Amino acid sequence: MAKVTKMNQGRKLDIKAGYESLKADKQFANDRIRWMGNLKSFILALFQIIIIVGICYVILGPIIGIISSSFFSDADNYNPMVYLIPQEPTLERYKIAMQYLNYWKTMAASLIYSLSLMVIQVIICSMVGYGFARFNFPFKKVLFACVVVMIVVPTNTIMLPLYMTFAKFDVLGIVSAVKGAPVNLLSTPIPMYIMTLFGCGLRSGLYIYIFNQFFRGLPKEIEEAAFMDGAGTWYTYFRIMLINALPSVVTVAIFSMVWQYNDTFYAKLFLISDNIVISKKISTIEASISNVEKILDPNILELFLDAGIVLIMIPIVIIYVALQKQFIEGVERSGIVG
Amino acid sequence: MSSDKKKKKKMSLSKKHGLMGYLFIMPWLIGFIWFYLRSLILSLEFSFSNLTVNPGGGYSLEFVGLQNYLYAFRAHATYKQVLTTSVGNMLIDVPLITFFSLFMAMLLNRKFKGRTLVRAIFFLPVILNSGAIMDAMALARAMMSGGISSASAEMAQAASGSGMGVMYYVQMFGSLGIPDVVIEYLAGAVSRISDIINASGVQIIIFIAALQSIPGSMYEVAKIEGATAYETFWKVTFPMIMPHIITNVVYTVVDSFTQSEVVELAYDTAFSEMNYGLSSVFSLVSTVITCLILVVVCGLIQKRTFYYN
Repeated sequence: MAKVTKMNQGRKLDIKAGYESLKADKQFANDRIRWMGNLKSFILALFQIIIIVGICYVILGPIIGIISSSFFSDADNYNPMVYLIPQEPTLERYKIAMQYLNYWKTMAASLIYSLSLMVIQVIICSMVGYGFARFNFPFKKVLFACVVVMIVVPTNTIMLPLYMTFAKFDVLGIVSAVKGAPVNLLSTPIPMYIMTLFGCGLRSGLYIYIFNQFFRGLPKEIEEAAFMDGAGTWYTYFRIMLINALPSVVTVAIFSMVWQYNDTFYAKLFLISDNIVISKKISTIEASISNVEKILDPNILELFLDAGIVLIMIPIVIIYVALQKQFIEGVERSGIVG
Repeated sequence: MSSDKKKKKKMSLSKKHGLMGYLFIMPWLIGFIWFYLRSLILSLEFSFSNLTVNPGGGYSLEFVGLQNYLYAFRAHATYKQVLTTSVGNMLIDVPLITFFSLFMAMLLNRKFKGRTLVRAIFFLPVILNSGAIMDAMALARAMMSGGISSASAEMAQAASGSGMGVMYYVQMFGSLGIPDVVIEYLAGAVSRISDIINASGVQIIIFIAALQSIPGSMYEVAKIEGATAYETFWKVTFPMIMPHIITNVVYTVVDSFTQSEVVELAYDTAFSEMNYGLSSVFSLVSTVITCLILVVVCGLIQKRTFYYN
């Protein structure tokens, strides 16, 4: 192979030299056009690389900064010569941040919290999405418009009534009949579970929409075949449709897991203990370290916060990297694109 | 007789089917009525009344009419300003984010080495979308670009207008005769580039998916007919992704609204100042404005939208 190409190259050179000596311009003009085309695509590729690298830097830059400064010692922090690479790296920040976050316990609790909510979200939202996609019932269009309303109306509009509802929780008088008085569910994670169970959790409207679009795209023949083979509606849904919807299940699972983990709005609204929600705990870490350790320099406190942030980022990043390919493919193939 | 029976049976089957559908959406339906519909009505009620929390739990309402609304717009110190800045920022950001994400999606849709990695990086801001992380990132970004000393030096330079600061370019473009509005818009866009990048993760993915759903035969036809790349974009790509532009605009408007200062103000008014009625007014007014913007924008885009199917 190599020999042949070499020979070809040699011949090409000969031909080119011949043409140059002849100054026959037709072939030469073609060469020039091809060469210009190559140059154009090269410049385009270069332009593309510059833009992509630049934007990746804008995104990754602060993350690199946070990671590097979480290793800074006091001396590094005060030394103006130190940039990104600490001279005396220390793990002190991580030690203290872990201690104040009560890391392993809080992390386990918040992972359990967001994972369990994720499972509920996937089951409920896929069910509702399937109901909207495959069944015809009266007022279907109006009800689906309500799903869109749920996406569009921001949660903060209804935060006060929600707060009141769960401060004096009562379902049609049943709770007060059993317990004697309405119960206060605030400062427990129960309100979040109840809302998610009834399809009104964190961004549930979006997930219902995603599932609806995806199920609408699946061929109807699958269900007809299942029906002919004697499968009931629920069996068809759980054993056939949900398995087929795997791309959108992965998408919704990661979205809901990550957003639940990062959510502080509901955690603040329902006064959920920060021993369960680690992203709420991180916002007070600077103040508590400053109070107990008597560190007053905000620049040093910032380093502890950086270490804490690296600690709470680790699990999400691990999950994301592990499922990244399926996730992005899932988003592309599943229903977000209507 | 027999045909009548058949008809009855058929109706009952479709009715059964409909009932099954209601069964599937039942949890959401209950939740929607219980949490959303009821809460929206209650919010409206709160906004017209003076709410006091009773010591034993519970609350009592005293109807005051439009007083809360009048207070919000006539007497409150910051509401009007916060509302206008939030809406203004939203109006500036939405077209920027939409076009930026379209541009990036077209760039990322080409085949090159490490495409998966780049897509993963572009989606990182969505994954790390938490208040605490974002604040720390903003600080770290300032540190990365040279710390406080260089930032202040740059600002001083820009203020004096002598060096190659931002102001230099602004003045240069101004002297070229470009209208001030455009320059201000562009300067604002450049200074907020990192915010825009961080806010466009989901939109980029949506556009990439939209681009991939365009049948390749259309491009072949365009090529055979001798269309240039520019014409191909405006005659093929753009009309085909028009429906997704609506999706993205809706997503961007809602997203930028939920992270705006109005939300914070409403939250603080309710839970620090305990003024629930006023807080309801803040939330409701801004929600209505958002919905109006959505309706107008979607209406404008929808008129020009071409639906392939």
